[in-house]
Amino acid sequence: MCLSIPSKVVEIDENNYATVDTLGVKRQVTLDLIPEPVYVGDYVLIHVGFAMNKISKEEAEESLRIYDEIAKQMREGEIDEDEGNVNYAT
Amino acid sequence: MQPEIDLITSFRNPEHIKALAAVIKKEVSRPINIMEVCGGHTHTIMKFGLPQILPEEINFVHGPGCPVCIMPKERIDHAIALASMPNTILATLGDMIRVPGSQTSLQKLRAEGKDIRSLYSPLDVIKIAKENPEKNVVFFAIGFETTTPMSAALVEIVLKEDIKNVFFHINHVTVPEPVDAIMSGGDAKIDAFLGPSHVSVITGYKIYEPIVQKYGTPISVAGFEPTDVMESILRIIRQFNAGTERFVDNQYTRAVSREGNLKAQELIARFMEQREHFRWRGIGDIPKSALKLKDQFAHMDAEVVFKEFLPTQELDDHKLCICGSILKGLAKPYDCKVFGKACTPSNPMGSCMVSSEGACSAYFKYGKLSKKGA
Ligand code: SF4
Repeated sequence: MCLSIPSKVVEIDENNYATVDTLGVKRQVTLDLIPEPVYVGDYVLIHVGFAMNKISKEEAEESLRIYDEIAKQMREGEIDEDEGNVNYAT
Repeated sequence: MQPEIDLITSFRNPEHIKALAAVIKKEVSRPINIMEVCGGHTHTIMKFGLPQILPEEINFVHGPGCPVCIMPKERIDHAIALASMPNTILATLGDMIRVPGSQTSLQKLRAEGKDIRSLYSPLDVIKIAKENPEKNVVFFAIGFETTTPMSAALVEIVLKEDIKNVFFHINHVTVPEPVDAIMSGGDAKIDAFLGPSHVSVITGYKIYEPIVQKYGTPISVAGFEPTDVMESILRIIRQFNAGTERFVDNQYTRAVSREGNLKAQELIARFMEQREHFRWRGIGDIPKSALKLKDQFAHMDAEVVFKEFLPTQELDDHKLCICGSILKGLAKPYDCKVFGKACTPSNPMGSCMVSSEGACSAYFKYGKLSKKGA
């Protein structure tokens, strides 16, 4: 129900409606709820026919960079799962 | 040109999920019961089998955050009564159509010939109302803060265009109040929360600050994808390990800010106000946990205009249903005697079996994966 899907804005018309691309499926959403200007190429979260907000590409990339870093540490054996995790001194 | 990043699959990378699981296993220092408030998170957790790859210290408690599941039967009976009125079209979103009330469901009623529409968007109501000027169109509005601004946007258009045949039955509920209700009893076994993704997009994460202050339980607002959930769990562990004052943490920085979508909040405040209380299926009466149209819009409020058609009796779930305990982290779906037997998704006896986002329904669907160590 609260599912919202990241979608890319491919066109914006004069009524503030956008054509967005969600996993290859094109649909129409209104941009009326978004406080800041939206441009073609932006990513938005859509929910029941409305764009709710813009998604920050920079923040998304930053998260992915951190995961890559952790995965790299794991490959190089720097993370020992069994280290720690013995007594529960809270 | 910059390479495109795929905002969905990038956050489902199995290598990342595994790496995060390893760090979690390394750093976890105590058992933690984590409630995911939002039914969408329940779905992600079960679908990607996260309980199986996480250390056993991490135990998920599935929260009340599924707007269809928490709708008490008497409100479903309202929808059924409204749809049964002469000259009426009832319009609603999501799974609502399937959910049985005390006697029947909207789906059955539709099969019997009543005009009931499942919408893609609340805005579809405008077209339906204009095409059917001789009929009353009742919009049965459901959902948490995520969906409330869309209903408010519809109210705005109906007023601006002076459309006379649209009425609203508002069932919008809010997140902080049920969380507080679950914690305030004192018996809930919950140490931390995963904050909802898309509710927080609208409200901002500031709405959880009073809960963290009151109960000292960390909250990490998490995105919808499995690496989001895993990272939030790691951040909660780090909050415990740091031993400092608890705070609302925001993992979902690509979409959520502290203040949220102010335009959407303003739109809601213009047309809606808090109800004194609202009865939650599986939890009971919770003060100020839902919204209604402001009195000045009573002429389009279906609960006022069609009052004489609406039943008033409150209806509880079957005595055997233990959804209340499941929501408090005191029981799991398979502790229920009728789970998967008398109670199934096609014949739900209680709230948590009603929609695919409910805890019992998710366990039913992904059952074999979920019963860790048993
Ligand atoms: S299985 Fe059905 S009856 Fe049992 S707790 Fe879940 S919803 Fe309630």
